[in-house]
Amino acid sequence: MSEPLTILIAEDSPADRLLLSTILTREGYRVLTAANGQEAVMLFEQERPDLVLMDAMMPVMDGFEAARQIKQAAGQQLVPLIFLTSLTGSEELARCLEAGGDDFLAKPYNRLILQAKINAMARLRRLQATVLEQRDLIARHNEHLLNEQRVAKAVFDKVAHSGSLNAANVRYLQSPFALFNGDLLLAAFKPSGGMHVLLGDFTGHGLPAAIGAMPLAEVFYAMTAKGHSMAEILREMNAKLKRILPVGVFCCATMLNLSFQRRLVEVWNGGLPDGYLLRLDGELQSLPSRHLPLGILSANAFKDECEVFPLELGERIVLLSDGVLETGNQCDEMFGEQRFTEVLRSNRERGQLFEEIHQALTRFNGSVQDDVTLLEVSMVDGASLQRPLLDAERGGQRGPTDWRAQYEYRAQTLRHFNPLPQLMQMLMAVDGLRLKGGALYTVLAELYSNALEHGVMGLDSAMKQGASGFAQYYQERNRRLQELDEGFVCFSIDVSPTEQGGRLRLEVSDSGEGFKVGQPVQGSTGRNSLSGRGMALVRQLADHCAWSDDGKRVCVEFYWSCNA
Amino acid sequence: MAITANSSADGQELTIHVEGRFDFGAHQEFRDAYERIDSSPRRYVVDLKNTTYLDSSALGMLLLLRDHAGGDHAQVRLANCNGDVRKILAISNFEQLFQIA
Repeated sequence: MSEPLTILIAEDSPADRLLLSTILTREGYRVLTAANGQEAVMLFEQERPDLVLMDAMMPVMDGFEAARQIKQAAGQQLVPLIFLTSLTGSEELARCLEAGGDDFLAKPYNRLILQAKINAMARLRRLQATVLEQRDLIARHNEHLLNEQRVAKAVFDKVAHSGSLNAANVRYLQSPFALFNGDLLLAAFKPSGGMHVLLGDFTGHGLPAAIGAMPLAEVFYAMTAKGHSMAEILREMNAKLKRILPVGVFCCATMLNLSFQRRLVEVWNGGLPDGYLLRLDGELQSLPSRHLPLGILSANAFKDECEVFPLELGERIVLLSDGVLETGNQCDEMFGEQRFTEVLRSNRERGQLFEEIHQALTRFNGSVQDDVTLLEVSMVDGASLQRPLLDAERGGQRGPTDWRAQYEYRAQTLRHFNPLPQLMQMLMAVDGLRLKGGALYTVLAELYSNALEHGVMGLDSAMKQGASGFAQYYQERNRRLQELDEGFVCFSIDVSPTEQGGRLRLEVSDSGEGFKVGQPVQGSTGRNSLSGRGMALVRQLADHCAWSDDGKRVCVEFYWSCNA
Repeated sequence: MAITANSSADGQELTIHVEGRFDFGAHQEFRDAYERIDSSPRRYVVDLKNTTYLDSSALGMLLLLRDHAGGDHAQVRLANCNGDVRKILAISNFEQLFQIA
């Protein structure tokens, strides 16, 4: 022990006072003395001794009152107080302790016992001091942590709520607790005007979940804006999470790729409960989890296969977090899938669906639910949606106006590389083309998939009749793409100035057999057939469109004027 | 919740029994079950016979065990899964990572 303890002695008998003070001084303590209770209280407030020896019977203020005042002044700090007393009645002794005394010592004093009691009290005092110190430390840490969480939550809220969640075809419900519980909603328009949507659910909550959400959202928004495909975005999100998150932390997620023009949705579900596709005729189609969650598998083991469904105007998809199904009631039952699908089936007024689910959960559980994330996305006419400007459309420096480039992508590249972002980036450098970004992307995408699927891989779009043929077509497409070992798709790009502004001439050719011009284009432009929509779109969006006689080459043109 | 572990006689296989709820509360105990042992087993069995519930943090703990047991080369079997547990494992497609029985 470094500092000697300071002990206050309150004793009205000068002889006893001298005796005690001599004993304690000799033992090495620092000693203060008072002749009555009032002096003792004053000395205590001035000197803050570590321990008090208090005579019970004293003039001016007795030991009981002095003990009460000293204990009050000490506050949370433990200042052991030992009564010195010649009292022997048990009632009197009990009174000493009631007044705040921690122990008593009978007169006449025994040196050994006095020393032992002082030691015992010093131990108690140290214990109390340690507890207080640790309590304050914990309180400080806790405050620090809460503050960090507030900051993280503010950032997380922004990340989890940015993008296009407010688009007219998206509705969502997210309870405040669920938000910081690792549930995440992302939505963004693609350059083509379609939409990517993601509902994610990180393991754990609070900070770890928020930390994972940021890179996930960043990849989602950045890659969507650049025109990357859903499969590419999923791959990158998985790789990034795998790289940065510790083992055991991962993100269950469902991602949707909506194409308003083709009236299609692609679905990838890794680890979330079944989503549901609500058909116009009332049929419910499950969208079950087919994959491991994001952030578990290494890049080469990750699977990005999606299921493709046609979606008519007004049909919708509902996604949910497991908090919805795991809502419990008093009997320890869970809300479960069956009750959930019953609510979906009985929904008549589409705008009321979330309200109905909310009510069903509240009825089931008996209180308001606080761990619920729901998302509903509808197929609408793409033109009815307000789309934010593409980055490239926001303008910038003057770009190149007169140039020509040719890109030929061969089998090995076609198998795993999406050339569209690369091409788009180049084209978006051209001032006059920026405002046509959406249309241009759509045309590029249609021409590319046409060249790849029908040209290089020889798929017949007649397969796409009906919903099951549809799925089959996409399965076959993926199979053939995996096995592709010859063929090419070639883009020739020619940008040149004209008197009014400029012109883009884009020629796409492929290694396929071609077709008889006139046949496929005119044969399947029916607005409601699942195939053929793509080529009709190209004709609509481009300023000029022509096929070579052998059907192996298509040429489209876009024009712009200088002050556009 | 209670977690117990026992080694096979030859020390080659470690069986971890999880009773009751398998959730975040079991985190330390579950780790101790395979980290604080003298033998170095080649195979692991997580016996879920008496497991009533399993949440996503339990899935995370299973991944940690898998990592500990050698990652992609790990031999980890999840035994005696009841219907509810099996369902949760199926949603997450954990059969791709573990032998489930």
